[in-house]
Amino acid sequence: MKNICFYFQIHQPLRLKKYRFFQIGQDHYYYDDFQTEEKIRILVEQSYLPANRTIMDMIRSSNGKFKCAFSISGVALEQLEQYAPEVIDSFRELLATGSIEFLAEPYAHSLSSVFDTDEFELQVKMHADKIESLFGKRPTTLRNAELIYSDEIGEKIINMGFKTVLIEEAKHVMGWKSPNFVYSHAYLPKLKLLVRNSKLSEDIFMRFSNPSWTDYPLTAEKFIGWISSVPSDENVFNIWMGYESLGLVQRPETGIFDFMKAIPYHAMEHQIGFALPSEIAKKHDATGSLLVPFPISWWGHEKDLSPWNGNDLQQEALKKLYSVSVRVRMCNDKPLLHDWLILQTCDHFRYMSHKEAYGSYYESPYDAFVNYMNILADFLDRVHAQYPSSIDNEELNELLKTITHQEKEIATLEEEVKKLKARKANTSEK
Amino acid sequence: MKILMFGWEFPPHILGGLGTASYGLTKGMAEQKDLELIFVIPKPHGDEDQSFLKIMGACHIPVVWKENNWEHVNQRLGQFMHPDEYFWLRNGIKYDYTRIYTDELGCIYFSGKYPDNLIEEISNYEAVASVLAHQMQFDIIHSHDWLTYPAGVFAKHISGKPLVIHVHATDFDRSRGKVNPTVYSIEKRGMDVADHIITVSNLTRQTVIEKYHQDPRKVTTVHNAVEPLPNADSFTKTNRKDKVVTFLGRITMQKGPEYFVEAAHRVLQKTDGVRFVMAGSGDMMHDMIELVAKRGIADRFHFTGFLKGRQVHEMLAESDVYIMPSVSEPFGISPLEAMQVGTPSIISKQSGCAEILTHAIKTDYWDIDAMADAIHGIVKYPAMYKSLRDLGKEEVNNIKWYDAGLKVRAIYDGILKY
Repeated sequence: MKNICFYFQIHQPLRLKKYRFFQIGQDHYYYDDFQTEEKIRILVEQSYLPANRTIMDMIRSSNGKFKCAFSISGVALEQLEQYAPEVIDSFRELLATGSIEFLAEPYAHSLSSVFDTDEFELQVKMHADKIESLFGKRPTTLRNAELIYSDEIGEKIINMGFKTVLIEEAKHVMGWKSPNFVYSHAYLPKLKLLVRNSKLSEDIFMRFSNPSWTDYPLTAEKFIGWISSVPSDENVFNIWMGYESLGLVQRPETGIFDFMKAIPYHAMEHQIGFALPSEIAKKHDATGSLLVPFPISWWGHEKDLSPWNGNDLQQEALKKLYSVSVRVRMCNDKPLLHDWLILQTCDHFRYMSHKEAYGSYYESPYDAFVNYMNILADFLDRVHAQYPSSIDNEELNELLKTITHQEKEIATLEEEVKKLKARKANTSEK
Repeated sequence: MKILMFGWEFPPHILGGLGTASYGLTKGMAEQKDLELIFVIPKPHGDEDQSFLKIMGACHIPVVWKENNWEHVNQRLGQFMHPDEYFWLRNGIKYDYTRIYTDELGCIYFSGKYPDNLIEEISNYEAVASVLAHQMQFDIIHSHDWLTYPAGVFAKHISGKPLVIHVHATDFDRSRGKVNPTVYSIEKRGMDVADHIITVSNLTRQTVIEKYHQDPRKVTTVHNAVEPLPNADSFTKTNRKDKVVTFLGRITMQKGPEYFVEAAHRVLQKTDGVRFVMAGSGDMMHDMIELVAKRGIADRFHFTGFLKGRQVHEMLAESDVYIMPSVSEPFGISPLEAMQVGTPSIISKQSGCAEILTHAIKTDYWDIDAMADAIHGIVKYPAMYKSLRDLGKEEVNNIKWYDAGLKVRAIYDGILKY
């Protein structure tokens, strides 16, 4: 039986405010809350809430047969909690139907999987904790930020205890292979890979309302017809996109919500089911392995990391940022640690791209770079102010260990003293 | 196709961007082999590059009939043109210009600069144009900038050939809005009579449409380009302790020098190792020196005076940042020249060249905070400098006068209904 696997991404970066170099050292608040709120409100009102209602309808009308997965970045969750808690509630209702699943991802929607694997592990855990605390269920499937994946990252992921990863259908990796199968990691067969069907996904979020497209208008009947006409041994259809595709990229007046609502009906007519990523991985065996020596992503034409580290500006910013990661992790200054996460959000780097700066609120990549670097300069100063920079990281780590151990040691020794004193008192009494 | 062009400056003796643009455009157009260009300027020096066009000096064209023998004419004008040409042109005198002071050849004296009696010189230029229009054969008249519009208009009325005027600047740019009515009327008349108007940027096009009330259909933008610098690599940067931020141009109201000084003040408050240079001269120079002293940054702010020729490129190449905070710049070719020698540029959004450059920083001319921030960014973040340098150079090297020439050609073809 064929299964469609829908999955939606929700992510919004925190907007950085205009930060001039003369604010370095003076101003440690980096965010434009007004713009952030405005953006998230637009997303919530025009997309997330109506889309959630649509999904709820679809689940109910199909008697729970319709299923889909969500991955909400930690950064986006924070914004929703602060500006639109009703969305969190609405997701709780969806979760209660048992038809949706949340996926794990690095908390800050960061590139840590490429630049700092310790940070990656930490952030995935942080995100899983957050999901668990909000929704009471721990995710079991991982999708990395922007579907970044390589063999090396895959190895890391399986070591973290995940069995399934979502990846992009990158032509240079897939070659003639169809995305409609389950694959496995190049040399660790236990890790299963689900591959996005980019044609079918793009049909919805890119071409749905484009009148010059030959298949316009796209109806649910036609869409499901394509899926059912595929040879029957190809049985997994991964249709993944940003959640804002429903309602914001494709406006309600294009009929996108009605299109979605009609999908379960037509699917059932053709005996096509729906499945969650975790179920697919359990149900299907891997048909083969995929060799991915270099990281791939779901952005741009090249499907690689170039939208984030393709030019000198981006490389410089990333290098400077991750040069302090070890040191930051030794700090326990809460605001500093939070800023550290927000500054890692990958969108900041994409805005510095000369070719992929889609959605940027800066006038030019240079503008984005200067603003980010000014903020980073202030942040780095704060990091260096935590501990004297004359001590190198390893030494500092040892010192910190001794300090924290000291406390524990003192505590245990005191305990011992207490015990001895008590014993002494006992013996002297006797 | 034969084109009669009226200009005011031609390299190597130039006073501003007009000469550079005239040279580049004509050279780019001359690559189309079926175009024949005759370029009239008030006063040639004889050392102009005539390999791709014919230069004619207005000061060598008779406007009053005077008898001279061949030998004398040869002695006087031989280095500029053949004496026979003088006698042939003399046949084109159809009007009585004896009211104008002429020498023994019947020619008018021109300074070829921007003298106090500029308006008189412009109308004398018109007289010369009448002789040319009567005597010569051509298909199109092309006038560069307002000084030559009256000449173009007169030539059109005499010959009936179409007139194209090329707006390199308007008086709105030069005066920050306080327009000189005489200049405006000359510009307006030129534009009204012209069959087509070429502007050097969309910014100027907008001014022409809105302030001079021209039909948008008759106004087309042809962006300027930059001549490739054959010896670009010969300009090197000396290693020095301090970074150099340079303003280069006429120190006049139009160029916004005071914003540069204020931005420098901002930068110097927080940053060490930066020096600022204001190269050029102009009527606001003394005010600027005073402002620099008042802000207390004179130890880090330097004035070089007027630079020319190779010195310009040397100064640009030695700089780490080039800045052009012009209040209103129809095009502004100097940032392109800076980028040619690998110097990152900051330009105001009110400059025409901002329309075609991606790898330059653009700020509003009044936004000294943004300007200061951009200077700080380029000076302090090496990746920014490197990116702007490499990508900027590549970008500028792809802006070619040949392409501008093709666009001008398309306009000619349009009005001649080819």
